[in-house]
Amino acid sequence: MTSANDLVLPAGPVAAARHPLFIATGSIAAAGTMLMFGMLAVWFKFRDASELRPGSGGKLIHDWLPADLKIPEVATNTLAVTMVIAAIMGQWAVYSAARKDSQHTQLALFITGLVGIAAINAQVAIYKQMGAVLADGAYQTMFYAITGTMLVLICSGVAFSFVAAFRVLGGRVADRAVVTAHALYWYFLTATFVALWFVVYVQK
Amino acid sequence: MTTVNLPSTLGAEATAGSGFLSSVGAWLTTTDHKRIGRLFIGTAALWLLALVGVGLVLGFERIDSKTLTFNEGMLTQLFAASKTLASFGVMVPLMLGLSLAVAPTQVGSRSVMFARNAMLGFSLWAIGSALVVGALIANGGPGGGNAQMVDLYLLGLALVIIGLIASAVSVVATVLSARSAGTDLADVPSFSWAALIGSSSLVLTLPVTLGTLIYAAVDHHYTRIAFDGNMGLGKWLGWSMSQPQTFLYIIPAIGILAELAPAVARRAQPLRGGVFVGVGLVSVALLGSVTQNVHGLAWTGTLSDKAKSFVPYALFNLLPILGVVVVLGLALLALKSDSIKMIAPFVPAFLGGGMILTAMLGNAVQLVSSANLAGTVFEEAVLVYISYGTVLVAWGAIAYWGPSLWGRMLPTKAVVGVGALGFIGTVFAALPMFIAGFADQKADSVKDFDYSGPVKLWNLVSTLGHGIFTACVIAGIVVAIKSFTTGEPVVGNPWVDGGAQ
Repeated sequence: MTSANDLVLPAGPVAAARHPLFIATGSIAAAGTMLMFGMLAVWFKFRDASELRPGSGGKLIHDWLPADLKIPEVATNTLAVTMVIAAIMGQWAVYSAARKDSQHTQLALFITGLVGIAAINAQVAIYKQMGAVLADGAYQTMFYAITGTMLVLICSGVAFSFVAAFRVLGGRVADRAVVTAHALYWYFLTATFVALWFVVYVQK
Repeated sequence: MTTVNLPSTLGAEATAGSGFLSSVGAWLTTTDHKRIGRLFIGTAALWLLALVGVGLVLGFERIDSKTLTFNEGMLTQLFAASKTLASFGVMVPLMLGLSLAVAPTQVGSRSVMFARNAMLGFSLWAIGSALVVGALIANGGPGGGNAQMVDLYLLGLALVIIGLIASAVSVVATVLSARSAGTDLADVPSFSWAALIGSSSLVLTLPVTLGTLIYAAVDHHYTRIAFDGNMGLGKWLGWSMSQPQTFLYIIPAIGILAELAPAVARRAQPLRGGVFVGVGLVSVALLGSVTQNVHGLAWTGTLSDKAKSFVPYALFNLLPILGVVVVLGLALLALKSDSIKMIAPFVPAFLGGGMILTAMLGNAVQLVSSANLAGTVFEEAVLVYISYGTVLVAWGAIAYWGPSLWGRMLPTKAVVGVGALGFIGTVFAALPMFIAGFADQKADSVKDFDYSGPVKLWNLVSTLGHGIFTACVIAGIVVAIKSFTTGEPVVGNPWVDGGAQ
């Protein structure tokens, strides 16, 4: 007996997908950018709504960062530089993969992952040095929310680095799509973090 | 372009094994894009039942504004449920489900790209939406009194949003990267184009909601200072369940209309590029959404003040209307043909499209400050028009693509009947609220409103409308289940072979 499934039209030729992983990663990067920039927009809204008070130079500043909290500038700047290094390592992996140099591709991917871990460590160090208590006020709540979200994104980047590294280690050197998408993801993380660093840690 | 039915090789495992458990397991682990799409559609149908039930209960409560059947806390949650379910339980998943089921076959791909990601998206959405509904039942939605349940609501909503983004990414990747050889983006069918634009809009706007949600969740759980705790959730997250954001959710519905008109006219769509531009214009609403503000029109002050108010208002609220008008106009142009043969799915889709356009026009009127419609039931009516209209368009789409998704057809009379009933229900449910809005009947309230005019009549007719739509939804679900399981198998493409007018 003929079933409904037997009556569907036959399949066409299989089409080779064009850079699906790169496009998907680009979409996720776009979503992540909107996530972080949306959070920064709300951050701006609250900062602008805060009252004015005299700053250290006598200039009136928004009373947003509580006076008892100090941003550890060395640690935050180190974190920003760390993120840039991670992106450069990601691009090094692409450069090596394009030359079918599996050793350097693996090395670059593992270093990217390790630099990502260093970035996580730096963020944790910033939390410790600042000593902000989450429940103390609006600034602290929003500070942990936005930097915590960034931290989760960096963790996902580290996982991506190690997955890509182990794929290359397993012999899939010719599979450049993953390495390229990985680099794109780290570019996104770096660009987004730099924006966050400037707004939260530099402008305060 | 003709829609072809490509059997998914990835879903082959679904037929292996027998028995109920293996069947459920096969569905829950499927990578067949048609099954994932059907899972979205089927689960959205369940939430649709809940949505119309909520509409019915709230309408019933409004008939007599002096007495309350339910307590106020429950009513607050019912209003929150109607907004949350309309957007994230019905409109987005229905359209995303259709996109996942249909777009890959339209562009000539065997499967959706990253099918497991799409399935993960469905799972997260389904679990999240169940948590949201559970939290709402336990007094945990916006304004809810149970703090732990409010946290659960926020967690559920976050899962819903992450799931929808994940599935939308798969649709975007499929249309952009898995088209058959030689098919340019300009050659894809109108629905696939709308699926791409709609999914891209979700990918770009839902993360903004997620960001605010994270702030609100952390604030609610720990301090309740910055975001006003449970009472502030509606204020901070409300834009994602309101207009113009909802315009983005229904973009695929515009594509369905654009797809069905040439099928009725039996000719190629004239000025196809115009349809693409029209669909794109609707997505301009995303610029308004990401600002997380309402952009009303205040026609007061100097010319500069008027311009400052008019430009964002027109950009974010009028341009999407222009987009829909362009698509509808070109659909009518396609219908100017000697070879027209009406097909049943076009009827509900066309009526639903009319409801969506009415919602957009209503939204534009509501945002004119001198109309004094803000905070009235006029706002609610806009959401009813757009959500019920989207359901009607989806019903048309299910009837149209049913043969390629299920291998069976819906009966013509049932498709038209349910569509017509749904249209009547939508008009009855929403139009009286438009009128009551002009009489200043408050939104999100079921009591203490009194104005000159037949107060009871408007609310009674609206309740009747929700009742009719509930009957329409139940009838639609019954007809679909019966026809797609035991109906006659379809031979070839029924819309081309002339067997289904």
